[in-house]
Amino acid sequence: MITRKRLAAGVCALLAALTAGIAFPVAAAAGEPTGGTAPQVDLVLDVSGSMRTADIDGGTRMAAAKRAFNEVLDATPEEVQLGIRTLGANYPGDNQKTGCKDTAQLYPVSTLDRTEAKTQVATLSPTGWTPIGPALLKSAGDFTDSASSKRIVLISDGEDTCAPLDPCEVAREIAAKGIGLTIDTLGLVPNTKMRQQLSCIAEATGGTYTSVEHADELTDKVNQLVDRAADPVVTPVATEGAGTCATAPTLKSGLYTDREEFTQQRWYRVDVDPGQELRASVSVGADRTVNPSYGVLLRAVTVHGREIVRGEGAGNGRTDVISTGLRYPKADSDDEDAPAETVCLQLTNSFSAASGVKTTPGLPLELTVDVVDAPSQASDVASFGLGRGWWLLGVLILAGFVAGLLWGWLSRWRVAVWRTN
Amino acid sequence: MRITSALSVSLLLLGLAVAPAAADSSPTPTDSASADGDAPTQAGTSFRTATEVEQGQTATASGSTGDYLYWSFPADAGQRPTVKATVKLPETHAAQTWQVDVYDGLRRRQSCQYGAQTRNAAADSSSVELACTLRTVRAWSETWANDPLPGTYYVRLTAVGLTTADLGLPVGTEVRVDSKDIGGSAAVDGSLAEPLVPGIAVKSEADKDGSKDSAVLSAIEPEDGWSSGWWSDRWVWTAIGGVLAALAGVGGYALTRGSGRPHRVPPSA
Repeated sequence: MITRKRLAAGVCALLAALTAGIAFPVAAAAGEPTGGTAPQVDLVLDVSGSMRTADIDGGTRMAAAKRAFNEVLDATPEEVQLGIRTLGANYPGDNQKTGCKDTAQLYPVSTLDRTEAKTQVATLSPTGWTPIGPALLKSAGDFTDSASSKRIVLISDGEDTCAPLDPCEVAREIAAKGIGLTIDTLGLVPNTKMRQQLSCIAEATGGTYTSVEHADELTDKVNQLVDRAADPVVTPVATEGAGTCATAPTLKSGLYTDREEFTQQRWYRVDVDPGQELRASVSVGADRTVNPSYGVLLRAVTVHGREIVRGEGAGNGRTDVISTGLRYPKADSDDEDAPAETVCLQLTNSFSAASGVKTTPGLPLELTVDVVDAPSQASDVASFGLGRGWWLLGVLILAGFVAGLLWGWLSRWRVAVWRTN
Repeated sequence: MRITSALSVSLLLLGLAVAPAAADSSPTPTDSASADGDAPTQAGTSFRTATEVEQGQTATASGSTGDYLYWSFPADAGQRPTVKATVKLPETHAAQTWQVDVYDGLRRRQSCQYGAQTRNAAADSSSVELACTLRTVRAWSETWANDPLPGTYYVRLTAVGLTTADLGLPVGTEVRVDSKDIGGSAAVDGSLAEPLVPGIAVKSEADKDGSKDSAVLSAIEPEDGWSSGWWSDRWVWTAIGGVLAALAGVGGYALTRGSGRPHRVPPSA
């Protein structure tokens, strides 16, 4: 009877385990990330006079660009909203002022009508100036959806001809608006000055710069960038840290962006309940030329100014970001309704601007905050206080042997005493 | 009686011989996944967009000189990950310096125990190989320590020294992470309630709400899930130690008994 009951219980447990096993993957699938709002890409193409030069695989630069655009338009994923903007396409004259306003939206950022877009691209012919800065400014306004991820792909064959407006600074200004925009740049048959300018634009927004010498490379790269835009990513929330803890914004778990000027401090507050662990990590981006030694310091401080824990990062040489992080587990409290502790996070950086580099706007920073359950405290260094190795075995054997001997002698002595009496 | 003690001594010896074999065989080596078919062919360009790679997969990506390429991989307690990166350089280029950096889930830079983390590529050399072996990932450490903990790890590959003329040239990259299982010798007490996966608090909230449309910072997990952290070969060692101690105790006791009777007691008693 008992055996049968046990068997039944066993079958039940097995069934339960199986059901759990089947149910679990479904739950896991539900939590998988999918793209939120449609990612938006704006292709900005240089149609200046120099695009007539025939030095890409025997054809003109313009022909290579048109071919690449046709292939990219065919390969663009459905979910991506794509737009096309031109620069230097309409004004053939010599007046710099007019020439530098010459940028037009060829195809608006929207769900792609491939035929329509291709027809528009076919009409282009190399004409005017290279107003990169103004084109970028206009392009930033082309995006319609504020919540989506945005990417500008700039294809150019010459440096900006619209001084004194520095396109690199324009890019930095756009990025500082906090709209989550990345600018990738492609240089067609570039020279040194152009490489510097285009990679400076890319660096200012966390994008990439690529030199293109062949038509295939152009197609592949633009496709790669459009695909990259289609990958779902977390959009950070813009926040603004304060100069002191008392006035700092209170953050919950999530991803945040902010700007921090050279030598500036940023404070944030996070509420941590007893039995929870605060995890914060921060990266400060070097979006302009900085001096080769730099660092970042993140401190968790109580409201009274006592430092709890700090994270430090330092480095030298070429870099995109310098990052660090910290964690702070708050001990469990016996009191059921113990209040949450306010932890102040202080962020400082030791970047310094290279000579002649503008210090405003501040450097971009990214802050992740996670408040999770706290870890169990360790009472011993070793796992559960267990031992391991030959010394442990030796000691145990020796101790056992000595204990056996003593016990044996003791019992012999007892028997002898008993016998004598 | 002599037979018994001889037997216990030989058992002891046998135990000594078997113990390490049993103990050392308990950790399972990392599954060298042969699933390269779905290995990523892209790389991210920031911590936020890092491409997720599993251990044992060879991830490839094409990029440009000057790009900062990011991947992320999961590492669990007891593992000692080695990151290997190969960069295929273009046909003509000046001398360049390449570097691979590894960061943990808190974006703290992790030191390499050994491996050529930074290497110079001479002008016109065809490729450069980099490697970085991390410290063993521990299940728990002090808050103030920088020890590697279970969770997401980021790999950043970039050229740290290059000339302007080399900016933007096409390069091919390959990254692979393999782990050595260190086993019980690295087993520590305590464990993290949640692995150091960025955005895990946001993710669990989203799971509770049942909202589907949120991308996460890192959805990474080892193939067979995060280890619970209670098992280590220390259990085997300690248990065998206990058995051997008991046997040694019996042996010691038997020695004091001699032939079985105190010799002063007459046989007739």
